[in-house]
Amino acid sequence: MTAARETGAPAPDPRPTPAASTARPASPAPSRMVTGRVVRTRKGGLSLRVHGRVLAVTAALLGALLLVVGTTLTTGDFELSAGEVVQTLTGNGSGAADFIVHTLRMPRLLTALFVGAALAVSGAILQSLTGNTLGTPDIIGFTNGSATGALLVIVVWHGSMTQIALGALAGGLATAAAVSLLLLGRGLGGFRLVVVGIGVSALLLALNSYLITRASWQEALQAQAWLVGSLGNRGWVHANAIGLAVLLLLPPAFLLARRLSVVEMGDGIATALGVHVTRTRATLLAISVALAAFATAVTGPILFVALAAPQLARGLTRSPGPGLVPCALMGALLLAVSDLAAQRLFAPALLPVGTATGTIGGLYLIHLLITESRRSRA
Amino acid sequence: MTGPNTPAPRLRAEDLTLSYDRREVARSLAVDIPDDSFTVIIGPNACGKSTLLKALARMLRPKAGQVYLDGQAIASYRSREVARRLGLLPQSSSAPGGITAGDLVARGRYPHQRLLKQWSPEDEEAVAEAMRHTGVRELADRPVDDLSGGQRQRVWLAMVLAQQTSILLLDEPTTFLDIAHQVEVLDLCAELHARRGHTVVAVLHDLNQACRYATHLVVMRPGGTIAAEGDPATVMTAELVADVFGLPCRIISDPETGTPLVVPAAPRRFEREDTPDTGAPDATPAGAVLAETL
Repeated sequence: MTAARETGAPAPDPRPTPAASTARPASPAPSRMVTGRVVRTRKGGLSLRVHGRVLAVTAALLGALLLVVGTTLTTGDFELSAGEVVQTLTGNGSGAADFIVHTLRMPRLLTALFVGAALAVSGAILQSLTGNTLGTPDIIGFTNGSATGALLVIVVWHGSMTQIALGALAGGLATAAAVSLLLLGRGLGGFRLVVVGIGVSALLLALNSYLITRASWQEALQAQAWLVGSLGNRGWVHANAIGLAVLLLLPPAFLLARRLSVVEMGDGIATALGVHVTRTRATLLAISVALAAFATAVTGPILFVALAAPQLARGLTRSPGPGLVPCALMGALLLAVSDLAAQRLFAPALLPVGTATGTIGGLYLIHLLITESRRSRA
Repeated sequence: MTGPNTPAPRLRAEDLTLSYDRREVARSLAVDIPDDSFTVIIGPNACGKSTLLKALARMLRPKAGQVYLDGQAIASYRSREVARRLGLLPQSSSAPGGITAGDLVARGRYPHQRLLKQWSPEDEEAVAEAMRHTGVRELADRPVDDLSGGQRQRVWLAMVLAQQTSILLLDEPTTFLDIAHQVEVLDLCAELHARRGHTVVAVLHDLNQACRYATHLVVMRPGGTIAAEGDPATVMTAELVADVFGLPCRIISDPETGTPLVVPAAPRRFEREDTPDTGAPDATPAGAVLAETL
């Protein structure tokens, strides 16, 4: 939320006047046809379209992230100075500071950043593929599938934390596979995906409730704690697991973003423009599902980041395509800020981050619905 | 693979069986799109004309048979390669929210671009030219959502043109447009065909427009067979219209162009049952449309 305030101000006019076309007098068009600046190497081997506004938003988000990271690492029950934190990071910290930063705060912070980015990109891809703002992994049922996997491990097999995470991962992927099977031969797109997903989601929710009623009260407590989505007690195992997933899955997502923006225009146009639609959809869906499943496996279901982050990022960049990089940053920021707020604002109470994102997200959803209805009335 | 002695046209379909889900739309359908023609496909609702166009554009995979592009099965090409030779404007497509007209047209360059080559001087030239030809150069900065229906359709056409393909497939490019914009879009297509040497294939609903603009007419019958094809002047007969559309009519010569003009037989006259008021409300709109067409 801080991001929204901070980026709102410096963001420049959507189209900064004369573009690089002035640098190329040879170009036949005197006035600009497309938005953004064109950056080209002399021989034309490399040419990029750069949108000033997207760059500004990205920079602002990075700045805000840095601020949140700094605040998270320095404040808390034990205040540390920025110098002390830097010292621990370079390996010269005192024992206590080292413990606080490396063991307590850093893994939790990194987990928040990675999970936030993963959820945001997962949501952005799915929203884009379904052409529906509500087409996010938490609504289409992948998250409930992860929960089913985790609950099975907790209630039936009494597994460890790692096994619960693996169960959640398997559950999310299996749900996606089931939804895809139900849609077999009818295309993995649009409204159908959302509707089938919501149906599957409802089934799984029922199954989850049933599992909890069959559990002993200790298991039920553990299950409930997992179900609310929390960053508490997250160590390097978690940070590394989600870090690896993000490292492997985000780059291909970023590479496919251009193709995704073409698929958004409809299967007909996308095919006409030379995109292999089925393959692209399947690949992107797999990436999106895997990101959501990994994130949920690590923290439990954290709602609304996947819904809100892509919309907020799009709103700020005002770009017509799914800008996945600003979106990933927005997700990381949202979750890090939410966790910071959950830890600090309600200091003695241990508020799970899922509650914070749920609250923020709920408010955001209301805002979204109101503006939508206002727009449709206009 | 190519035909016998006569050079095969660049785009043709052989022995197509087409189906949606499990419903068969056409069986053993063969069609040649003459090079450099303005081919118009017409036929009654649900006769499979759009389906045929989709198959020609490799949007729909035939159950049997093959579409050939430049002598090679279209399915054997890389998707991007087809996109450099054959452009398609589908019936429905959605512009991304907030996109400007210029950016939308620029998306037509997608098959020519790579990840690190996003905007070459050729791209710029192609987009400028496409926008000039469609008369939307001034709209470049405007969000597509704000444009009128006719303007929007011209922007979409510009996008397909920016693709710089010599074959253009248009699926009912005039639907949802009022009569003036319909004429405007069709005039533009005719100009592209005549001046720029594009092979244009369009699915149309209006028989008279089809006769006016087509150099080659393909008439489809319900069940996905071809009833007739060729020059509109010879193809379009009262018998054909009666046979294919079940509409009794007269064919007269279009006073503007000399092309066939289909005039449906006069409706039976009905007497008002309750009030003996004057005026036949049915006559007015039909008359108005006719007047506008003339």
